[in-house]
Amino acid sequence: MAGGDDLKLLGMWASPYVLRVKLALSLKGLSYEYVEEDLRDKSELLVKSNPVHKKVPVLIHNGKPVSESLIILQYIDEAFAGTGPSLLPADPYERAVARFWAAYIDDKMLPALNQSAMGKTEEERAEGKKQSLVTVETLEGALRDCGKGKPFFGGDSAGYVDVVLGGLLGWVRASDELHGVKPFDPERTPLLAAWSERFGALEAVEPVMPDVSRLVEFGKMLKARLAAPPAAGASN
Amino acid sequence: MAEKGVKVFGMWASPMVIRVEWALRLKGVEYEYVDEDLANKSADLLRYNPVTKKVPVLVHDGKPIAESTIIVEYIDEAWKGGYPIMPADPYERARARFWARFAEEKCNAALYPIFTTTGEAQRKAVHEAQQCLKTLETALEGKKFFGGDAVGYLDIVVGWYAHWLPVVEEVIGASIVTDEELPLMKAWFDRFLAVDVVKAALPDRDRLVAANKARREQLLSA
Repeated sequence: MAGGDDLKLLGMWASPYVLRVKLALSLKGLSYEYVEEDLRDKSELLVKSNPVHKKVPVLIHNGKPVSESLIILQYIDEAFAGTGPSLLPADPYERAVARFWAAYIDDKMLPALNQSAMGKTEEERAEGKKQSLVTVETLEGALRDCGKGKPFFGGDSAGYVDVVLGGLLGWVRASDELHGVKPFDPERTPLLAAWSERFGALEAVEPVMPDVSRLVEFGKMLKARLAAPPAAGASN
Repeated sequence: MAEKGVKVFGMWASPMVIRVEWALRLKGVEYEYVDEDLANKSADLLRYNPVTKKVPVLVHDGKPIAESTIIVEYIDEAWKGGYPIMPADPYERARARFWARFAEEKCNAALYPIFTTTGEAQRKAVHEAQQCLKTLETALEGKKFFGGDAVGYLDIVVGWYAHWLPVVEEVIGASIVTDEELPLMKAWFDRFLAVDVVKAALPDRDRLVAANKARREQLLSA
């Protein structure tokens, strides 16, 4: 095969999971072809590349597809170990800690944030808000204890956990206008609030971030769709 | 004085814990096992895993790691020269992680309702679980183990099915993994359970059956 790596990213502009992959590729200085998917009319390539879940993001490297954002991030780090900065630290223990917080963000924090915004009942949303506070404050603690005063979860430069959390930044910024909630409230979680500014301003990050006003519009539309009475025989 | 050695905080009936034990045994690493009463967690466990307070927790020279799949990858990296758990190739590693996540998120979720239902609902649940396992089974095609010729990461992550699912089948009085529905998986169960390090760490089957019977009665009467 002719030299050079062929990278294609199947994505959707508003997806925080897709954004993570864009951030990683940008931080590592890797070029790729981006394909915007219409999730209500998925391309043949997407369905073929991720037949199990049919979801984005999918990274296709020299024709071979990798799915699931956290898995893609680790793949990029390993397959392009010589290119640009490493996302994960070299030390096995530090890697395990980074993986732990990434899993925490996805398994505990994100579902809580989602529920606080999109929960079907007032009760569900209240419970979501409660859990969100707990999880965000725990993450603040992680930045304080593991970060040890450094600017990023990854230390002096952005790493794996920064990218994992960074994928949410668009929605975090949109959240104030959409839901009247600041997930990284500077009063409760000053370190995370400062981290948001710092991460968002990085040269590799700023150009990749989705437009916040567009996210707000999209969020309003999603909320309206949720609130609308179900049509007979409606499908996803 | 720095704490030295390897400790595993676990619970005898936990499939997540056994993954850690299998990984350590494959590497030939000696460890101290601490059995927890999950209704009365030890001060040590809570100190080592304050965030989720769950087992397993691996403590290596005083440093704690939580989440079984993360621990398994750590074991592979910390004892790099020993038995290779993760595939060497980045793409194969991504595949192994993908299927591990699929099994954890989809298959485990599909299996649980089998345990809490009866009659028609259970038949439906069994069917759903079988569909999920069939998808997972595709990762076995043409191979002795998920890891290829030898046990690897994915075998360690889903290996608990080989011991636990027959126990569940006995408790609920129905079959899930059969020769007709899941021939590759059934064959892999036998192969996997024949591996020495796997056998060495299995919880007592009768004890597991009794505990699951009791749990099922409790769930059904709730």
